[in-house]
Amino acid sequence: MTTTAPAPAEGPVGRPLDRVDGHAKVTGAARYAAEVPLPGLTHAVLVGARVAHGRITAIDSTEAERAEGVLAVLTHENLGKIAAQPPLLPSLAGSVAPGETFFPMQGDEIHYAGQHVALVVADTYERALYASRLVRVSYAEEPSVTVIDQGRDQAYEPEAIFAGFIPGRTERGDVEAALGAADVTVDHTFTFAANHHNPIETSAATAYWEGDRLTLHDTTQGVTATQHTVAALLGVPHTRIRVIGHFTGGSFGSKAMVWHHPALAALAARKVGRPVRLALTREQMFVACGHREEQEQHLTLGAGKDGRLVALRHHKLSPTSPFDHWAEPSLGVAGQMYACPNYEGVYRLIRANTTTPTFMRCPGEATGLFALETAMDELAELVDLDPLELRLRNYSESDPASGRPWSSNGLRECLERGAERIGWERRAAPPARDGDWLIGLGMAATAYPVYGPNNPQRARARLYADGTAVVQAAVTDIGTGILTVMTQVAAEALGLPVERCRFEGGDTDLPNVAAAVGSSGAGMVSAAVHAAASALREQLVARAVADEGSPLHGADPAAIDVRDGRMVLRDAPGTGEDYAALLQRNFVPDVEATGSWGPPPHDAPFASMTFGAQFAEVAVDPVLGLVRVRRLAGAFAPGRVLNAKTARSQLMGGMIWGLSQALLEATHMEPATGRWANASLGEYLVPVNADAPDVDVDFIEVQDTVVNPLGVKGVGEVGQAGVAPAIANAIHHAIGRRMRKLPITIEDIVSGG
Amino acid sequence: MTVRTPDTGTEHKGTGPEAGDRGPGPVKVRLDVNGVRRDVEIEPRVSLLGALRDELQLTGAKRGCDQGTCGACTVWVDGRRVLACLTLAITCEDAEVTTVEGLAAPDGSGDGQLHAMQEEFIRHDAFQCGYCTPGQIMSAVGCVREGHAGDDREIKEWMSGNICRCAAYPHIRAAIRAARDRV
Ligand code: FES
Ligand code: FES
Repeated sequence: MTTTAPAPAEGPVGRPLDRVDGHAKVTGAARYAAEVPLPGLTHAVLVGARVAHGRITAIDSTEAERAEGVLAVLTHENLGKIAAQPPLLPSLAGSVAPGETFFPMQGDEIHYAGQHVALVVADTYERALYASRLVRVSYAEEPSVTVIDQGRDQAYEPEAIFAGFIPGRTERGDVEAALGAADVTVDHTFTFAANHHNPIETSAATAYWEGDRLTLHDTTQGVTATQHTVAALLGVPHTRIRVIGHFTGGSFGSKAMVWHHPALAALAARKVGRPVRLALTREQMFVACGHREEQEQHLTLGAGKDGRLVALRHHKLSPTSPFDHWAEPSLGVAGQMYACPNYEGVYRLIRANTTTPTFMRCPGEATGLFALETAMDELAELVDLDPLELRLRNYSESDPASGRPWSSNGLRECLERGAERIGWERRAAPPARDGDWLIGLGMAATAYPVYGPNNPQRARARLYADGTAVVQAAVTDIGTGILTVMTQVAAEALGLPVERCRFEGGDTDLPNVAAAVGSSGAGMVSAAVHAAASALREQLVARAVADEGSPLHGADPAAIDVRDGRMVLRDAPGTGEDYAALLQRNFVPDVEATGSWGPPPHDAPFASMTFGAQFAEVAVDPVLGLVRVRRLAGAFAPGRVLNAKTARSQLMGGMIWGLSQALLEATHMEPATGRWANASLGEYLVPVNADAPDVDVDFIEVQDTVVNPLGVKGVGEVGQAGVAPAIANAIHHAIGRRMRKLPITIEDIVSGG
Repeated sequence: MTVRTPDTGTEHKGTGPEAGDRGPGPVKVRLDVNGVRRDVEIEPRVSLLGALRDELQLTGAKRGCDQGTCGACTVWVDGRRVLACLTLAITCEDAEVTTVEGLAAPDGSGDGQLHAMQEEFIRHDAFQCGYCTPGQIMSAVGCVREGHAGDDREIKEWMSGNICRCAAYPHIRAAIRAARDRV
């Protein structure tokens, strides 16, 4: 790892460029998946099961069918069978995609409340919505299990979770013996409410057929993922499915797996012979695209008197669906954060009547680090060390899980910078008072893995004779700013000003890239774009040096620079010519190149992680039970930052998500009915403007030469992890009580104090 | 003319001479949107949001919840910010409706200028996915015009009807501060 001072950005990469799609977004011109105008468009509305477990005994759609404007009512009786279950990845690695192992309306069994049982298609949205309420479904209800307390005695230890990628149990050393011999132990159970993503755009797909060719406008994290999934479900070759998704109105994991509605929209469009738009309602967003599962984590730390960890035992218990062994990988990063020779991590699952839980921003890291980092705070207290010093003492130069060195790190610097920004020296004093408020400070370390795709990523670059370039890859901008940063990457590699470069994504007709998941988008797509644009530039330079009419004729290509679209001799910048002049003189309308990049092999001798540190200042009113976060300061080492403005925004958004996880977000299950009790944005709390403090975001520059060509480690998620424990630790500093449940509510502050 | 409300069965005076003739089937509704008279043929139960999005293809007003909880559908009716999902289109017949498309023409026509608030939203990166953004902008301009943007505390309070799940809030406040004196 090398740490450097921020390099002055010479080229476009790194600059805080305004978003290239900003104009479209502020004017309303940006069309999301449910906004594509199509002639003869029809509207579909889903009907959800009212029971959580059982069978459909009768389904009567006659009244719905007779309603004004209704074109079709699809149920398990007339939908037809899906062709096959979609595999998780195009390489067929892993098993069937979690959440896609089940497809609704294939039979009469009901596995969870809200399961799609009918789809009504009508000529207007209002008519479809009305008719959807006329579908009469009778059920034979059976008892359901939907919360941990109902299924504790049925818990099992799966062989693997997460589509088979992560073992159910991981061990190193002898945790039992080490705990027995430890000077100090911390041993607690942490509980977490279920969470729902709730992007403001609900999931939606618009489908139409032209002969045997399907076009789908989908709101997704990856158009290629939608194409791949729908192809498998429908048994239609990829070549006949085009998926377009230029804008996705937030996802946070809810649009990473391809849920049932895009395929249902396609089937409905085939049935009615017209385009079909299927947008989920807000309430349906709570049952139709996954959630972060309710969970309990039991964590035990053992340490010496000096605070050095000797053992970490981390067990998790959580409900999964009837179909998949799903748990978000909460034990992963928590087991790699610190040097610790003896470790045991175990997942246990309960079969429950819900959809398969899914990725939700910081899937696992956000919960696992809450347990670890609040326990570390307690350990610091027990061994009488400053919490920051305890982290430094347990710092690890290599990945404790694999023993491999980190490809780059930066954790120490992040801890120091964050401490400086929040004024950590105040932490040593008793909490300050401000009227009825007690002021506390807390901190936590954070990290997020660096994921690479399993397959080569591709891009295409084309330069026209007018000197403008278009660069393409089938990536979707879910709000990350990827269209903007890829414009910058392409412009830099081509030696063009960004205004003369256009990046296009969001369409499966463009070169293939994987879905933007796990904070991997910028790293993998920048690699492909960089490769394509560099290949194009080399091609143009080669053409110039071979062209007798060029002032660069006969020059060494390696001695040529390109600036502002002009190829010049590095040592004699007066000699050169524009790309455009070269092409125009030779009557060449355009030149094109493709580029691809494959990730480093899984057995590369490095481990990769994005590190950071979170600091919080909170005000607590112990009588009223109120917690107000006054300041958050985060410092992160995400490798190369492609755009300082959009990267900052993502980290800031993540940190506010962390605040939200700490103090607001909970979906409450009503165990008697097996239904979510607060399935609306009125009752599922997310931060509003008044809840969101200003946040400090700092970058620690680290160079990473391993993860991908530009050394990009990703900023989408690391901003969130660690905030909740920093807040909980700050509350402890303020009022002297430990918070071991998320979200932390008024009751937790006032009770038992 | 009388109408019968389904829940009580009591009879009320109609709101206009044609009230009983209008619905439940599609009726002609006169709307004035962004200064242009637009006639649509819709059922009286269609919300202003539905009419704008599905009939007029003005999809700047977003559907985030359809139940008044997110603010993504915020437009102005007679200059006041309203939730289009909770407003029936037919009740807007004698009103002026303004959507984000009325702040600046999205196709670059008109004078080609963005509204100051739109410019500051871009400059301050006051959005990520952009889905809440038209609603935020309509609300933000309303907030300034109402005199509720004096300081951050006030902005926080009077902008809390618009959820941004990407959590661009600090940047939304920065954009409003910057645009405040230009609106
Ligand atoms: S769509 Fe109107 S408030 Fe959410
Ligand atoms: S920008 Fe995504 S919800 Fe506000």
